[in-house]
Amino acid sequence: MWLPTVPFFAYTIAFLFLPAGSILTGAFEDAAGGFSFVNVRKLFDHPYIDAYKTSIEISLVTALLGAVFGLLIAYSAVRDGTPRWIRSGITTFSGVAANFGGIPLAFAFIATIGPLGVLTVFLREHGWDPYAHGFTLPSKTGVEIVYLYFQLPLMILVIAPAIDGLRREWREAASNLGASQLQFWRYVGIPVLMPSMLGAVILLFGNAFAAYATAYSLTSGTGLNLVPILIGANYTGNVLNDPHLAQALAFGMFVVLALMMAAYIPLQRRAARWAK
Amino acid sequence: MTQKRIAPSAVFWLLLGAVYFMLPLLTTFLFSLKSNETGKCCTAANYGWVIHNGDFWHSLKISALLAIETIVISLLLFVPTIYWVHLKVPRLRPVIAFLALIPFVVPPIVLVVGLLQVFKSSPQWFYAEPWGFLAAAYVILAFPYMYFSLDAGFRSIDVHTLTEASQSLGASWPTTLVKIILPNIRAAALAGSFLTLAIVMGEYTIANLAAFHTFPIFLQLVNETQGFPAAAITLLSFGITWAAMGSLLVIGRTRGTRGALVAGAR
Repeated sequence: MWLPTVPFFAYTIAFLFLPAGSILTGAFEDAAGGFSFVNVRKLFDHPYIDAYKTSIEISLVTALLGAVFGLLIAYSAVRDGTPRWIRSGITTFSGVAANFGGIPLAFAFIATIGPLGVLTVFLREHGWDPYAHGFTLPSKTGVEIVYLYFQLPLMILVIAPAIDGLRREWREAASNLGASQLQFWRYVGIPVLMPSMLGAVILLFGNAFAAYATAYSLTSGTGLNLVPILIGANYTGNVLNDPHLAQALAFGMFVVLALMMAAYIPLQRRAARWAK
Repeated sequence: MTQKRIAPSAVFWLLLGAVYFMLPLLTTFLFSLKSNETGKCCTAANYGWVIHNGDFWHSLKISALLAIETIVISLLLFVPTIYWVHLKVPRLRPVIAFLALIPFVVPPIVLVVGLLQVFKSSPQWFYAEPWGFLAAAYVILAFPYMYFSLDAGFRSIDVHTLTEASQSLGASWPTTLVKIILPNIRAAALAGSFLTLAIVMGEYTIANLAAFHTFPIFLQLVNETQGFPAAAITLLSFGITWAAMGSLLVIGRTRGTRGALVAGAR
């Protein structure tokens, strides 16, 4: 009865559970292989704790900005009056752009707002040089601008069905009862969308938190102190070389993602209370 | 009271979005036309450089073959499993769905750290070959996309009736699976395959940490050394994603399979 599902379970154990387990145990081992908190405790020292702070900050900022602007663009695309072709065009493009991450994305932005990027040169020639005002591409702001390129489309894909659920009748009913645009959003629109919004923010947070290739390429492997970059440096091998420290850093990423989920569940329950 | 005309605020946000999303693509295109020697526009020399570059074709071939291998392994793994679960053990469905979803929340950088640790003393034909280690990891990355595409496909057909009809006519299990079930879930299998293709062609994290020379690794190397040819390859890479996602939409339209989801290569 169970026999035909064995290959799937065997594969999952070998290539998913064993690696996850090796991180959980490896994070608590010292160089000699004995049980120890030494690596996990190191996570609270510089530069590791700073990497977590930067990673979490970038993920939060891009998740929230992505959620807000993604919602605005998605709502503009699906609301009454916007031609149908714009809607289908945006959905198609979002499907592609959400997948356009990593190395090519980093390059596209280097060509745009890198030191010799087209937009940078244009602004410089017109009297305002962003690089003279403290902007660089491998900075927190720079990475955030680039990450929004995959955060926004993901938000649009996730939230568009929820916006479809906002019925036109509700809007008309609210305005017939004398509600202003603002009141409609305050008492109807936002509460209805809130559960989907919260879920989307979590998804976007995880999406940015896990990103490695884009940041690596933007910063040429050094520069910005992010958790995935630090883990990568342990293997591509110039700075440090301690597998147990890398495992502890990876374990820390698990913990952050788990904490986000733990914060999400009660919030979600509260936001979805009206639906009962 | 239906509003017929497009709202001004909608125009504003859509235009802002259009500028943000189009500008990087446009500037990349402009970069790709600049001469690598003089930095001036316009020449097709960068595209020529790419086409005549042996490393380019070599790494592209590795990534394409890896994508095919990943697709074949995931289909072999998932089609019989999902078929059996739908037919005989429906109470396992949530378990499989949960397991298939896990790779979506495990960052690839975490997955590769674990895999390197577990398999560091495995035989060379596995550990040192992209066809072994890297393909095994990519199948895990493909889990959510393959599973949810296929599961939707199986839900849209009547597995029980098809199987009974086939077997009462004397077909064996393998015949039923290959000749009856497979043609009916073809669109779903294709959708999962195109998503997997998009992931594998863009995946950088695992390939970099495990030191394999795939297409995105080649792109990053060119990035670091030759700016203008890199623009040409970047556009090509974007074109591959477009092609994969475009094919997905075409299938979705013909068969009502659910549309594109995200396949991240962040």
